[in-house]
Amino acid sequence: MTEHLPALQVVIPLMAAPIASLLRWRRAAWAWALMVSWAVLFMAVSLLRRVLEEGAISYPIGGWAAPIGIEYHIDALSAWVLVIVAFIAAVVLPYSRASVEREVDPQRIPLLYSALLLCLTGLLGITVTGDVFNLFVFLEISSISSYALIATGRDRRALHAAYKYLIMGSIGATFIVIGIGMMYVMTGTLNMADLAERLPAVSSRTVPVAFAFLTVGISLKLALFPLHLWLPDAYAFAPSAVTAFLASTATKVAVYMLVRFFFTVFGPAFSLDVMAFHRVLLPLAILAILSGSMTAIYQRDVKRLLAYSSVAQIGYMVLGISLVSVTALTGGLLHLFNHALMKGALFMAMGCVMYQVGSVRIEAMQGLGRRMPWTMAAFVVGGLSLIGVPGTVGFISKWYLVLGAVEKGQWIVAGLILLGSLMALVYVWRVVEVAYFREPQRNRTVGEAPLSLLIPTWVLVAANVFFGLDARLTAGIATRAAELLLGGAL
Amino acid sequence: MNVPGAPFGFLPGGTAVLLALLLPLFTTVLIGWFRDRPNLREAATLAGGVTLFCVVLSLFPEVMAGGRPRILLATPLPGIPLVLEVEPLGYLFSLVASFLWIVTSLYSIGYMRGHHEKNQTRFYLFFAVAITATMGVAFSGNLLTLFLFYEALTLSTFPLVTHHQTEEARKAGRVYLGILLGTSVGLLLLGIVWAYALAGTLEFRAGGILQGHIAPGAVPFLLALFVFGVGKAAVMPFHRWLPAAMVAPTPVSALLHAVAVVKAGVFTILKVSLYTFGPELIAETGAGDVLLWVAGATIILASLVAFTKDNLKARLAYSTVSQLSYIVLGALVANRWGIMGGGMHIVMHAFGKITLFFGAGAIMVAAHRTKISQMNGLGRTMPFTFAAFFVGSLSIIGLPPAGGAWSKWYLGMGTLEAGHWGLLFVLMLSSLLSLVYLLEIPLKAFFGRPDQPLEPAGIHEAPLPMLVAMGVTSLVSLALFAYPEPFYRLLALVVGG
Amino acid sequence: MRVLGLYNYWVFIFLMMVGFYILISRRNLVKKILGLNIFQTSVFIFYISMGKITGGTAPILMETGAPVVYSNPVPHVLILTAIVVGVSTTAVALALVVRIKEAYGTIEGDEISAMDNSQESL
Repeated sequence: MTEHLPALQVVIPLMAAPIASLLRWRRAAWAWALMVSWAVLFMAVSLLRRVLEEGAISYPIGGWAAPIGIEYHIDALSAWVLVIVAFIAAVVLPYSRASVEREVDPQRIPLLYSALLLCLTGLLGITVTGDVFNLFVFLEISSISSYALIATGRDRRALHAAYKYLIMGSIGATFIVIGIGMMYVMTGTLNMADLAERLPAVSSRTVPVAFAFLTVGISLKLALFPLHLWLPDAYAFAPSAVTAFLASTATKVAVYMLVRFFFTVFGPAFSLDVMAFHRVLLPLAILAILSGSMTAIYQRDVKRLLAYSSVAQIGYMVLGISLVSVTALTGGLLHLFNHALMKGALFMAMGCVMYQVGSVRIEAMQGLGRRMPWTMAAFVVGGLSLIGVPGTVGFISKWYLVLGAVEKGQWIVAGLILLGSLMALVYVWRVVEVAYFREPQRNRTVGEAPLSLLIPTWVLVAANVFFGLDARLTAGIATRAAELLLGGAL
Repeated sequence: MNVPGAPFGFLPGGTAVLLALLLPLFTTVLIGWFRDRPNLREAATLAGGVTLFCVVLSLFPEVMAGGRPRILLATPLPGIPLVLEVEPLGYLFSLVASFLWIVTSLYSIGYMRGHHEKNQTRFYLFFAVAITATMGVAFSGNLLTLFLFYEALTLSTFPLVTHHQTEEARKAGRVYLGILLGTSVGLLLLGIVWAYALAGTLEFRAGGILQGHIAPGAVPFLLALFVFGVGKAAVMPFHRWLPAAMVAPTPVSALLHAVAVVKAGVFTILKVSLYTFGPELIAETGAGDVLLWVAGATIILASLVAFTKDNLKARLAYSTVSQLSYIVLGALVANRWGIMGGGMHIVMHAFGKITLFFGAGAIMVAAHRTKISQMNGLGRTMPFTFAAFFVGSLSIIGLPPAGGAWSKWYLGMGTLEAGHWGLLFVLMLSSLLSLVYLLEIPLKAFFGRPDQPLEPAGIHEAPLPMLVAMGVTSLVSLALFAYPEPFYRLLALVVGG
Repeated sequence: MRVLGLYNYWVFIFLMMVGFYILISRRNLVKKILGLNIFQTSVFIFYISMGKITGGTAPILMETGAPVVYSNPVPHVLILTAIVVGVSTTAVALALVVRIKEAYGTIEGDEISAMDNSQESL
């Protein structure tokens, strides 16, 4: 049984998804999805433990050996991302029952859970697979289901947002297929390990072109500045539970893809020395941080504000990749997890506000510090984490990123990272001030959100503080993954 | 239990250190619990203060004997633990802060009730949290721990500064948080990361960790990151938060913005100069030279600004800005007299300035006046308050028979030994200025002629708890002139000899 | 000669550009989907071209003694999957357009954005 875990990890949510859509009673669909998500988390954690103890796991699908058959390959990095995705799913699902019932039409709810499970399948599949075409298929499974998820929002703008995301996402995916096809033409293989072996021998111009197609395609999925325009609307109008899930997982998996292609498939030698991707991505990452944060400051809708903040945070992750040092890459990979925790907590807090107030415009926050003390306290802690105050996970990622920049002598980059933190202070504090310094709106009695929303939110908040005070585990895994990826390249 | 490195592994004396942090935290629980019963709530605050002080006091013999009780809290980053460690300088700071918490609690009871403040539970609650953070700063065993509690102190005092939740409070809160978080995240954190990148450790080690790891030319820049990054030390141009914070209720200004928060700032600078750079490194490279003059300029400019302020609390705030730079100066001349004087001034200024703020609060509660120009003749109705105010002023100016004389003396010696004649002149000039702008107030009150008849005529003092608090702090200020011994001995452990 | 010999790759690039141009320049939501389809179809041709080997035949194993050159079957299999993905994307996209038409009463991107903006400023 346990030797099939890599396959079960993906197969179980895949099989569960159609069943969820058949369950016409919405609570049953929810309970089913919840069970599946917890099973997935259990499997992901046991896989991570196995990888940490025994090293990378290879699993041939259907018993067909690697170069011909599809191989699932799980190393420290994939197991790490696997746990992030599964953990967020396991926390968002208990939260989603009440939140989704308030924000989505009843007849769509079983379908929503079905799509959510499919999306989960796709994201998990991307991280476990060792085959590039298989990766594309999983990418599209997760993308198409996330278009549907976003479109379940009641606001009609959710439809337009989903449509725009669909167009951008499909362009990105098509670019990725082109890149994969070119690699196949040159090497005759689709297996990542095989590709890594054969690509260096190819001296054709096709390989750099494939590299470029893949980079642009993944950057679209990643919402890397300036390809981020689909993201704010999609996050702002999707139902809160969906936003919390997608914001904490989808972009993380895209970062994983970028890292996987750069360092495992093409290899650091080619990516760095020949393509010098860091020269291109470093300025883009910095622009993402600055422009994302700056735009966030001027938003009037808090979910959209957080979405622009995500654009900036993606910049931090890409920055960690493009500084090219073990320390900075550790920071970038740590930020995958840490950002999932903080954004998850923040979007869930906004879901609580949506549930009680029916709006997440900044004016709607008036007086909520008093009316919804626990929700707003969660928002404050999540916000502090976003700013990078010590004692929260945000500080840990910033520490590694700044240390990486200082070690490299990149003083300006170090300064800009910290400048980004201060801009985060500004946009987080705008919300806090309205919540705590304005009188509650009259004629309106708003109470605290129900426990079924608050408990999952606070689980993430607690995780923010816990992993901020004890990052030995997370930093240990991230360092190991970073060393593996960079190998002897430095 | 004595496993070094294990979480919560108690090392000898570690229990008391941990208690010093947990006690104020536990007090917050009690305060929240008794939120509907003000008497019990305030009793809990007082009891928390007294037990905390006793716990801190119990460490005295061990620290004097050269013991360094230590306890590991957590490991946020591999290789950089969160550690509490008691060393003499931090011990001195904790002693002052925990003692003054009792006195301030007493004072707050009179003030908050007499002034009919709202949300008193929240006030006491965050006050206790701020004390926890202060204890954490005092006992930090490395720079990361210090940074964590430093930021915790900023955040826990924000609700206190903005207590009134008015538009004015909101604006002041912005300045407060903007400067304190801005400098600490933008400069101090960069300095800490840089120091770590160079030395590979953030421990506090006698003689510093940077010796031999840093190019001499880089020392002034790193030192500047620390001096300006510690916004709480209010070195110009990052001093604006301190006057802004005066919108807070007076007990907050008294304990936090004359003692805990600002002293946490200068304490950090002292610690960094002693244990991160090491006085030798600073002296050899001349890294402090430019910064010394920045501190000197702050001393003079803030004194001049204090002159122009008619609002009593604003004048006291600028006086604090000026006095803080004395301590920064002591840290930067980096010789034993400078450190000694800086450490002493933490104590002396704390007792002196808290007395002055207590006085300002008492005047506000009893006579509803905030402007110095309205205080003519007020000494006749509030003789006790203004007598205490007079003693506090003496201590700040540095005149006998108040304790402030000692610290100014040592600071003067420090500048002389470092050969900075100009700075000695700065110190003298500033003392003269403070003589004028502080003594003006009690003199006006006692000898001035009231603009309008005071009513009610006769003695009309603030509530008793406030008077007791003022009495205690002013008497201690006087006593410190006669008995500076214990603090001298503690600091002698730091500077050696 | 070599350039002309690669004509199917030229078709791929031509279709890709046509599709991409429609995607960018059209504001009508359905036309955009048409563009997307042409764009994706171009990739199908690319994959099929690369599997073709001159003189190769369909890869069906037969008991003839003579050595037979087969076309590479893998790209065909891959592109079957990609076609399925493309069809489902189109289906979702069209479903979205239907609902957009219901909600907004139009499928012109400009008009929808204008309505979104006016809703935003409320």
